[in-house]
Amino acid sequence: MNVTPELDRRFREAAAGAGLLDVAYDLADSPVGELLVATTERGLCRIAFEPDEVVDELSQTFGRRVLRVPSRLDTVRRQLDEYFEGRREAFELEPDIAVLPEFQRRVLDELARVPYGQLTTYGALAGRIGQPRAARAVGGALNRNPVPIVLPCHRVVGANGSLTGYAGGLHIKRRLLELERALLAG
Amino acid sequence: MAIPPFERFYEEHRDIVFGLLVKRLGRQTAEDAFQETFLRALRAYPRLEHGEHLRAWVMKIAERVSIDTVRKLRPMPEIPDLESIDERPSYQDLMDLTADLPPKERAAVVLRYGYDLPYDQIGSALGSSTEAARQAASSGVRRLRRKESQ
Repeated sequence: MNVTPELDRRFREAAAGAGLLDVAYDLADSPVGELLVATTERGLCRIAFEPDEVVDELSQTFGRRVLRVPSRLDTVRRQLDEYFEGRREAFELEPDIAVLPEFQRRVLDELARVPYGQLTTYGALAGRIGQPRAARAVGGALNRNPVPIVLPCHRVVGANGSLTGYAGGLHIKRRLLELERALLAG
Repeated sequence: MAIPPFERFYEEHRDIVFGLLVKRLGRQTAEDAFQETFLRALRAYPRLEHGEHLRAWVMKIAERVSIDTVRKLRPMPEIPDLESIDERPSYQDLMDLTADLPPKERAAVVLRYGYDLPYDQIGSALGSSTEAARQAASSGVRRLRRKESQ
């Protein structure tokens, strides 16, 4: 017998309300495709461009009690909407990156300071964490950024100004930079 | 076999679990029991050691929840025949019917079926244990049946 949407919703709310989840997630529509957004009790832990593959990954990283609970992601979804509509330049969301290796956390902390609409380079970021020769390692750390968009790895480009790479695909990186008017037209 | 994320486990089993609970408890009560079943599963989920027999596992939880639910709704297992009576007999009818029973059995039958008291309260009223109260009511009912069939 099919569970009604209302009963289903009530269970999901109760599970989150009882503090029994490792991760709550939801899907969000966006101009760059459907996103998966996920949060732990500590903060935003994942934004993913390929939702299908990510639920297993969340389960392995944070614990198996991963459940879709849309209401827990209301704030995240709203801020992303505002960002994509050009009405928000800074996110008021606490990323949960505690599970990451120390080097990657340092890179992402520094990345978070790159302002809206501005570009920096892998080398410059490496310099700012005191390891000027680690540009390549910085690139690797950014490539595995668990919360793209909010932690703006799209604002980091190669020394010659080329877009180089992006986990979600270069077309998305370009789209985000256009939205922020960080790319010169043409 | 790897243990799936809870979301997948829940999606796969929610309908079959709900079906079982509706069959056991009726639709209204099944909704609360459904939530309780999956909350229990969620609490135990981190301690699972493998992903085999997940269906049997969650069905067992659902069975246990239905038993608990029935117990909560009806504090004591009843004597089958009297339980099927739709309405409680009137106090006067019971007094007449039980007039010939030994005093303790009579009191137990009247308190149980006239006042709908649970056995632990009947026990305290009669100064005996819950079990003794249950036995007194039950042997009173047996005596009445014997009388009826004579």
